[in-house]
Amino acid sequence: MTNNKDKTLGETLRSQGISRRSFLKYCAATASMMALSPAMIPKIAHALESARRPSVIWLSFQECTGCTESLTRAHTATIESLIFDAISLDYHHTLQAASGHAAEEAREAAMKENFGKYLLVVDGSIPMDNPGYSTIAGISNYDMLMESAKGAAAIIAVGTCATYGGIPHANPNPTGAVSVGDLIKDKPIINVPGCPPIPVVITGVLTHFLTFGTIPELDHIGRPKVFYGQSIHDRCYRRPFYDKGLFAETFDDEGAKKGWCLYKLGCKGPTTYNACATTKWNDGTSWPIEAGHPCLGCSEPDFWDGGGFYKSLSMPTENIAQTAVYAAAGAVAAGVALGAMNKSKKNSAAKAHNKTTIDDLEK
Amino acid sequence: MSETTPHQPDAVKFNIQIGDTLTHNVKPLLHEIKHALDKLIETGKSTIIDLRSIPLAPGEEEKILNTLGQGEVQAQLNALGLSEITETQYAGVWIVTHYNDEQHVISRFIEVTTMPEILCSQTEDVMEAYSRLTLDLADT
Amino acid sequence: MNEIEFLSWVRGQGFQIAVIIFIAGVIIRFAEILLLGRKANIAEAKGSEMSGGMRTIVSRSFPDKNTFQRSTFTVVAGYIFHIGLFVTIFLFAPHILMFKDVIGFGWPSLPTPIVDAMAVVTIIALLAVLTHRMRDTVLKFITTKEDYLVWMLTILPLITGYMAFHRIGMTAPTLLAIHILSVELLLVVFPFTKLMHAFTFALSRWYNGAISGYRGVQS
Repeated sequence: MTNNKDKTLGETLRSQGISRRSFLKYCAATASMMALSPAMIPKIAHALESARRPSVIWLSFQECTGCTESLTRAHTATIESLIFDAISLDYHHTLQAASGHAAEEAREAAMKENFGKYLLVVDGSIPMDNPGYSTIAGISNYDMLMESAKGAAAIIAVGTCATYGGIPHANPNPTGAVSVGDLIKDKPIINVPGCPPIPVVITGVLTHFLTFGTIPELDHIGRPKVFYGQSIHDRCYRRPFYDKGLFAETFDDEGAKKGWCLYKLGCKGPTTYNACATTKWNDGTSWPIEAGHPCLGCSEPDFWDGGGFYKSLSMPTENIAQTAVYAAAGAVAAGVALGAMNKSKKNSAAKAHNKTTIDDLEK
Repeated sequence: MSETTPHQPDAVKFNIQIGDTLTHNVKPLLHEIKHALDKLIETGKSTIIDLRSIPLAPGEEEKILNTLGQGEVQAQLNALGLSEITETQYAGVWIVTHYNDEQHVISRFIEVTTMPEILCSQTEDVMEAYSRLTLDLADT
Repeated sequence: MNEIEFLSWVRGQGFQIAVIIFIAGVIIRFAEILLLGRKANIAEAKGSEMSGGMRTIVSRSFPDKNTFQRSTFTVVAGYIFHIGLFVTIFLFAPHILMFKDVIGFGWPSLPTPIVDAMAVVTIIALLAVLTHRMRDTVLKFITTKEDYLVWMLTILPLITGYMAFHRIGMTAPTLLAIHILSVELLLVVFPFTKLMHAFTFALSRWYNGAISGYRGVQS
């Protein structure tokens, strides 16, 4: 194990008897996974040759383990195992064999040994209301995050909970959940949102860091542009139906069967940035819209509070009809009062009016 | 629609015909391949298109592959799982499909080139082969 | 506030505030107009107020020959942008969804490309009427600040809506939020500006027609 850490990835692979041709295949799959142009394959090959195994510490806070489930189902199994050979996953509650003190010791050892160089991956949000809401080995999530972040080269926030607070953060946010980015300001943070994120997007970001040792280009809310650069709507194969105005009205009408646009059924594709439309899910089998369900917008902040999954984007989120009735009732009363005031003003003005007679004009 | 695919269970038979008329990515892609062929003829430079980077409707990838058809060369590669390298009916246009151990497609490229790079013997492997053969000969 | 929070606000509270001001404003203005009443006309009626009034509400929708010849541009451009506004506001599928959510029922929409084209035509017509207004000395002289404000608030939802549909310039949530916000601004100023003509035109035409009808003359 310790030996491997000093080797470059190229050396590790060669020592395992992996041919250059296999390596090229690996690089091609990697480029595709990182959503990079195939023209980048030689550069990736060169970078991977000399890449060193980084130590990775994975912390799970207020989460459902869906992100880890997603990651372990990354469908490029062979390639993925290579990546896990290529990183040293030193701490991960769910995946590690060690438990209790041994597990915490592994984390502390990895932090000390690789101070300033290790990669910190976080899934789950952090409760700030009462630290007791979520602890690991008696350490509050906040303390563990802050301690582990100190020596990290970079932090990858995986899943919508870690990136934007996610479901724990949803109204009324009983635990006072916050995101990693809310707490840490002095480290580079890569946000990989999604509920869960697409497996190859998680590994793609890890691989980017492993390959180039840098942070991919991020958008204004910290997401890698290669995966989150385009909206679901812009890459959706059902987009031509939207443009033509052909919509499914219910889940079982003719439009739904013909695969028309799901906008009216509440699709959040137009305001959601993610890679589902091209990367797809479950071995590239399908994705929500292809399966006939509107996009929930799970890779956007506060997607849980967006007024309902089946409410279209053009609909108001509050009960406007009721608001309008109350407003109208109030206004009628106010209008009548104002009208009465105006009328009495008018009457008194009429009364106060002096009639002009011929005599007045002759004066 | 009298034809039905044998694999499809009756319960989920949707009348999706998008691939025929509606998603506009099949034609442009074929034109892109034409331009790439032109570039190959003019400058000798090859082009690689990652099929995963293009949003395709159900059935469209099959449509593209059917349109390109099968040519003279079919090769298989055993490196970290299977890979299939096929020349299409248009010489110079290759389909390279990488599978993993579980026979899942992990990536698929259209390569417009005289010979996909991955088919060539790699210098590193040749050098390794040389030293291995030298060792083997020394043993006997 | 991030863009999604911005979008949530304009779809939620912001919309609520705008609707309250709009509804209350319109009702109060109407109450004021109607409750003020008119002085009893003690002259002898020579015709029916009602029939003259009702007829005028409809007849004033069509310009008479002289008016049309004198200001062809104003009439044509005016018609175009009013019809355009009607189509873009009431016949675009996502807008109908919004109405359906608020008032409980919807109606068929026009195909999106037609609405899209109408939006462009409407924007051009609105730009044309402004240019006309600026270049005509008399029109320019009688134009008030309110007129410019109202013109601005009318064209903004069209431009932002066009940008949101075609996703030009900014991220999609921001574009959509700005579009909804521009409509909310329009709703808020609506009852207190000449935009009220969308409701009061019927009243004023009726009065005009009724006066003539009472006198037994053509309006």
